[in-house]
Amino acid sequence: MALTFKDLHWAKNIQVQQYLQPGTLEEALEILANFGGRARVIAGGTDVVPQLRRRNIEVEALVDVTGIPGLDGIDQDGENIALGGLVTHAQVASSDLIRKKALLLSEGAGSVGSPQIRNIATVAGNLISGQPAADTSIPLLALDATVTIAGRDGERKVPLTEFFLDKGKTVLDCTREILIRIQFKGLIENEGGCYLRLAKRKALTLPMLVLAAVVNADLGKGIINRAAIALGPVAPVPYRAANVEGFLKGAPISDETFAAAANMGMQECTPRDSCLRGSCDYRQEMSKVFIKRGLSRAIAQIGS
Amino acid sequence: MNALTLSFTLNGNDVSLEISPNTLLVDLLRDKLRLTGTKVGCREGECGACTVLLDGTPVNSCILPAAKVQGKSLTTIEGLAQKNGQLTEIQEAFMHEGAAQCGFCTPGMIMNSTALLENNPQPNEQEIRQALSGTLCRCTGYRKIVQAVATAGEMKKSQG
Repeated sequence: MALTFKDLHWAKNIQVQQYLQPGTLEEALEILANFGGRARVIAGGTDVVPQLRRRNIEVEALVDVTGIPGLDGIDQDGENIALGGLVTHAQVASSDLIRKKALLLSEGAGSVGSPQIRNIATVAGNLISGQPAADTSIPLLALDATVTIAGRDGERKVPLTEFFLDKGKTVLDCTREILIRIQFKGLIENEGGCYLRLAKRKALTLPMLVLAAVVNADLGKGIINRAAIALGPVAPVPYRAANVEGFLKGAPISDETFAAAANMGMQECTPRDSCLRGSCDYRQEMSKVFIKRGLSRAIAQIGS
Repeated sequence: MNALTLSFTLNGNDVSLEISPNTLLVDLLRDKLRLTGTKVGCREGECGACTVLLDGTPVNSCILPAAKVQGKSLTTIEGLAQKNGQLTEIQEAFMHEGAAQCGFCTPGMIMNSTALLENNPQPNEQEIRQALSGTLCRCTGYRKIVQAVATAGEMKKSQG
């Protein structure tokens, strides 16, 4: 159904019959099961509400999970860091722990939308929306994060590399399941990270290109042990440049290495032509610049 | 449609009322509670004219289901001045600096500035611009708005 401007802009209300606010995870999962796919999870709602208003999605009920206790904390256990499913972008961006152990994620979280959006939008929601250049998906992918998904039949853990299926589509069924935890390891002594974002403005704009890198290197020997490079939007899903990572394993730290990695990476990138966010050619060229810059900045961050 | 009973604190007063589950907060405020100081700009969470403080934190009321204020404390632009009409330092500073032209974004600007000065009474220019980055003004070019927030910080300081 085509919506007129009037429908889109001035229509009030969202198209739902029920708004449910369960107090426990079990209760939430049971409600979802009872609706059999006709209800949907809502947390911050900053993606869900505009989608409902545009009628991109249609549901009978919204199940608001923000009242479920125990999901709003950032926890550390040794090198392992866990974000509860209700942790907001603002929480991540201002967390001393995340700034210290995963600055690239902190910077990504601080780039989403606007302060008002970050105050309420959850990082889990940013993953579930499944956008190819989501500002927290890209750094979490570079950090080799794993998500824990709760369903009626128990919990399952999914590495983020297997989480994204297509643009807007992930392995999580938001009419039946709830993302309860995001886990990753903080950067260790010989690791450095970097987050780069190309956008038209500094706020309230989707990125034209995002890169996150984590590099583990032996500075004494001048060797890269391993590197993780995540990019978006260069494919329908947040993308890990596996070939480049393979090439960088054991490579010397040098401008030649960075340049070769950048050339390899560029050939893997196939961003769409976009009137608003740049042509494919431009974004491919910029991906080359970002890979070079990302690697050298990540390495410069080691030990700092 | 299953009606919800919503109880929350609105500008310091306890409120309890029935809403339908499809209501967005900005419409509840403007249409039902007749608090039209909160503006509707984009209905997309982009422009920030609808900003209110939920437990002291700025959020966009145009994309917030009204049910989400259950049990919380909500402050709108109408809740800032004292009952005798005395304005806050920020409101005074906006007038003093001439920080409004058409005025449509002003409630959003003032709500965001209020939250900023609450947490950071003496912000620098970058911190002010960052705090206001989710509220669009199409008239002023922001210079006087930023100046007004800085002035309000100074006023607060001098009044102790």
